[in-house]
Amino acid sequence: MAAPLLRWGCPGRRWALVWIDRGSRLRSRTPTLPTTERTRGQSSGTQQPLHTAQKSRKGEHKWAAVVGLEIHAQISSNSKLFSGSQVCFAAPPNSSVSFFDASLPGTLPVLNRRCVEAAVMTGLALNCHINKKSLFDRKHYFYADLPAGYQITQQRLPIAANGSLTYGVCIGKKQSQMAKTVRIKQIQLEQDSGKSLHDDLRSQTLIDLNRAGVGLLEVVLEPDLCCGEEAATAVRELQLILQALGTSQANMAEGQLRVDANISVHHPGETLGVRTEVKNLNSIRFLAKAIDYEIQRQINELENGGEILNETRSFDSKLGCTVPMRDKEGKQDYRFMPEPNLPPLVLYNSTSLPAHADIQQVVNIDQIRDMLPELPSTTRERLIQKYGILPEHSFTLLNEVGLLEFFENVIKETRAEPKKVTNWVLNNFLGYLKQQHLAVSESPVTPSALAELLNLLDSKTISSSAAKQVFEELWKGEGKTPAQIVSEQELELMQDQEALEQLCHAAMEGHPQVVIDVKEGNPKAINKLIGLVRKASLSRADPVLIKKILEKKLSS
Amino acid sequence: MLGRTLREVSAALKQGQITSTELCQKCLSFIKKTKFLNAYITVSEDVALKQAEESEKRYKQGQPLGDLDGIPVAVKDNFSTSGIETTCASNMLKGYIPPYNATVVQKLLDQGALLMGKTNLDEFAMGSGSTDGVFGPVKNPWSYSKQYREKRQPKPCEEEEGSGWLITGGSSGGSAAAVAAFTCFAALGSDTGGSTRNPAAHCGLVGFKPSYGLVSRHGLIPLVNSMDVPGILTRSVDDAAIVLGVLAGHDPKDSTTVQEPIKPFKIPNLTDVNNLCVGIPKEYLVPELSSEVRSLWSQAADLFESKGAKVIEVSLPHTCYSIVCYHVLCTSEVASNMARFDGLQYGHRSDIDVSTEAMYAATRREGFNDVVRGRILSGNFFLLKENYENYFIKAQKVRRLIANDFVNVFGSGVDVLLTPTTLSAAVPYLEFIKEDNRTRSAQDDIFTQAVNMAGLPAVSVPVALSNQGLPIGLQFIGHAFCDQQLLTIAKWFEKHVQFPVIQLQELMDDGSSFLKNEKLTSVSLKQ
Repeated sequence: MAAPLLRWGCPGRRWALVWIDRGSRLRSRTPTLPTTERTRGQSSGTQQPLHTAQKSRKGEHKWAAVVGLEIHAQISSNSKLFSGSQVCFAAPPNSSVSFFDASLPGTLPVLNRRCVEAAVMTGLALNCHINKKSLFDRKHYFYADLPAGYQITQQRLPIAANGSLTYGVCIGKKQSQMAKTVRIKQIQLEQDSGKSLHDDLRSQTLIDLNRAGVGLLEVVLEPDLCCGEEAATAVRELQLILQALGTSQANMAEGQLRVDANISVHHPGETLGVRTEVKNLNSIRFLAKAIDYEIQRQINELENGGEILNETRSFDSKLGCTVPMRDKEGKQDYRFMPEPNLPPLVLYNSTSLPAHADIQQVVNIDQIRDMLPELPSTTRERLIQKYGILPEHSFTLLNEVGLLEFFENVIKETRAEPKKVTNWVLNNFLGYLKQQHLAVSESPVTPSALAELLNLLDSKTISSSAAKQVFEELWKGEGKTPAQIVSEQELELMQDQEALEQLCHAAMEGHPQVVIDVKEGNPKAINKLIGLVRKASLSRADPVLIKKILEKKLSS
Repeated sequence: MLGRTLREVSAALKQGQITSTELCQKCLSFIKKTKFLNAYITVSEDVALKQAEESEKRYKQGQPLGDLDGIPVAVKDNFSTSGIETTCASNMLKGYIPPYNATVVQKLLDQGALLMGKTNLDEFAMGSGSTDGVFGPVKNPWSYSKQYREKRQPKPCEEEEGSGWLITGGSSGGSAAAVAAFTCFAALGSDTGGSTRNPAAHCGLVGFKPSYGLVSRHGLIPLVNSMDVPGILTRSVDDAAIVLGVLAGHDPKDSTTVQEPIKPFKIPNLTDVNNLCVGIPKEYLVPELSSEVRSLWSQAADLFESKGAKVIEVSLPHTCYSIVCYHVLCTSEVASNMARFDGLQYGHRSDIDVSTEAMYAATRREGFNDVVRGRILSGNFFLLKENYENYFIKAQKVRRLIANDFVNVFGSGVDVLLTPTTLSAAVPYLEFIKEDNRTRSAQDDIFTQAVNMAGLPAVSVPVALSNQGLPIGLQFIGHAFCDQQLLTIAKWFEKHVQFPVIQLQELMDDGSSFLKNEKLTSVSLKQ
């Protein structure tokens, strides 16, 4: 299908702000702020908002911020939510568009079973109640990349509700972990829109419908968050969960995870403030930045006697600030209506499953529950229990894609202590990766190679400094094994007691003054001798062993 | 040959009395002769001839695809037809050529049916006269029948101007006229509030609305998704059953079709009606009902009773709310369904391009007629947040009550309901357009529309001619998914009323012998 062109009278002026991605704009404004008065701390156990709070010029009042998130995660599925067209990122424009996606008259939606299963699985992983019956609705608005003039979503009765997401925040200078929980209001299935590309130069808008109709999970969080960092950590945790489940690739850069934030500030004990909605948060870093900026902006505004408008703002990542979205002025009435072409979505569990049900036609919640993989929080707990590693290390291991698998593969093949492995994986290995901006999967060093290296270290075949040398060599990716490198470069520790004793002897002979120093009671002087012996051994002697020999010789 | 029923002509094809191509050419020549009826928007002559050629080959090889092989059919122009313009009689879709076939169209083609063309309708099927389409009104073939010409008292001015013609009813008036004028043997209509049954009654045809969910809507350009059903227009009940047998069944592309496999439809000859209970809903006896229709209705009830059926008065107490409830639900879905017509992807696009919004507005203003725009505006009003509870939700509740009325009646042992289909016989165009579309639709859907709310099967069967020589139909309403039982009863009734064949000799100036073999049966239900 050729991309329809849309001409503009005033070139892109109005909508220039949204040209990259308006994935979640105009979606249902779930009222995330309760009307009743509620102070921070009641919901998530936080006594003190992490984001403080500064003194008002006039009084002693502190400010508290309330942040709620709406997260859109693109479902990882072969085909779209209601049509058979393929889902693939960066395909040529309009190359994956069915008649239904282009909303040709007379076409009807057919629900994709995989998307339903993904929603159920995500709901279960987020401790949600799964609704045995959920409904689809139409949400109407005119936009060039919404060909039907409405989006099919779940406004009245979503597939999952009342869940929670636990995430860890780092507290204080020691960065110790503290578990927090944000409530999940609901998870709903809905269609993604297409993409509009505004060509300001030619005053045209180009429409790509490849994304139109891709399945989304909209995860609505209750406003239990209070700062950018909390929001960022919660989203990061959700991202890890989705990736662990395989229900979404959740790559923010590719638009598979999109976050809108509802933000307000108030004085603790008083009613909640007017909220703004910030859109276009396409990285976790920007999410944190945008929220913190917006909180500060609102505080400044109020302290200067201004007022907060209930408006939609966009985060300008270049300027680092939020700005009002001009095309979101004025209230939209989405004229919700039940989707008449889709019967209610009915789910079963093992007890309610009809006796002669066609397995292809039913989704069994219990069966999906049995298929749930290990979730990140459990994985971390297991790592701490099993390997005795620090909680913060367990977070790091999970934060890098593939790092945990790498770590566990090394552990499997090495005799080295888990602590040692952790140390090597998190410091040396991860350090090299970060330095060269590589993903774990792109690493030139395989888990087996690192395991072998650690075995050599563990058996005292090489020294730790030699090990670092070997690692550097391995990183070149020339296909040599650690053992080969060690032997080629003669990095083995000297195991020959006699040869070592000779070296020690020679060192003492050559530096009588140092020997005298030691004997006169300067304990540090022995280090000089150790250094000399190591140098003489071309760094292949174990310092512990050298020290032992030297001490023996010096005391005799 | 053309005057025969589908079943008869199918037999003739099988016996080699006529070839598919001959039949096709005869129909095409009739289409040309009756062009002034305005029954067709598009005549797909080339397609039909090619299909006929292939059909003929199959017959020669002794391998016809089924009962419909070689049978000329017509399809209402709101069903998508691959490669053939599909307009919904709207400027909005002029020039729109769908890339796919509606499931029902595909099923007809898979059986070897010949697609003669796309028939006229009210714009987007919104109307009850087939007068409000962008291609002009459809004329009722009965306007030119011997029966009507002999009986009516023409006003001199009408005769001179040629303006005395009658409407077909609607919105599937083009399909009805096409079948009534012998240009095809069956036609697809759509039925949302009576759009198949109403023109069937006015044109002396069998008009069948299947149970909601029995026949796929995929490819039918929607009016009201929750009520739309593809309808069947034929010259006999048996023919309707044959077509239904082809169309019925689950469609993976329409999630609202039933999953259960459908058994083949074969309508038995009902020999007696002793065990039958026929319900006469008292609410359908309205003051506006013409005395002729009322009298035929009661004679029909008498017929059943005299043949041993139990005929009882029943009540459908919420009937009177049906029209207003329908208005809210219909316009709301219309507002939603029409949102896709924005000029971007297909169809009409205005030249106005100062902004996207201006382009949308101008496109929709130019593309839709007043009726469609009016319904869009009302529908959007009902869906507004502040109105939704008071209108849409309430209408849905009323709809449930209306559906429950039927459930209660059928639950009490009634097998079938017998009602009028229309208030009166077809009226002249000039009279019809004195009222606006909305008033007309509200009046004309009165007996047919509640059935769509409840998703039930219903069929209009022609009964007799009025004093003016115009056809009058009565409606049977059946239990949900008991379409076969309903048609069985309708067939029994059809056999007993012996509705006369339309006599169009005067129209056909070449003195075609198409009617010579036909029995000119008398009307058994006398006025």
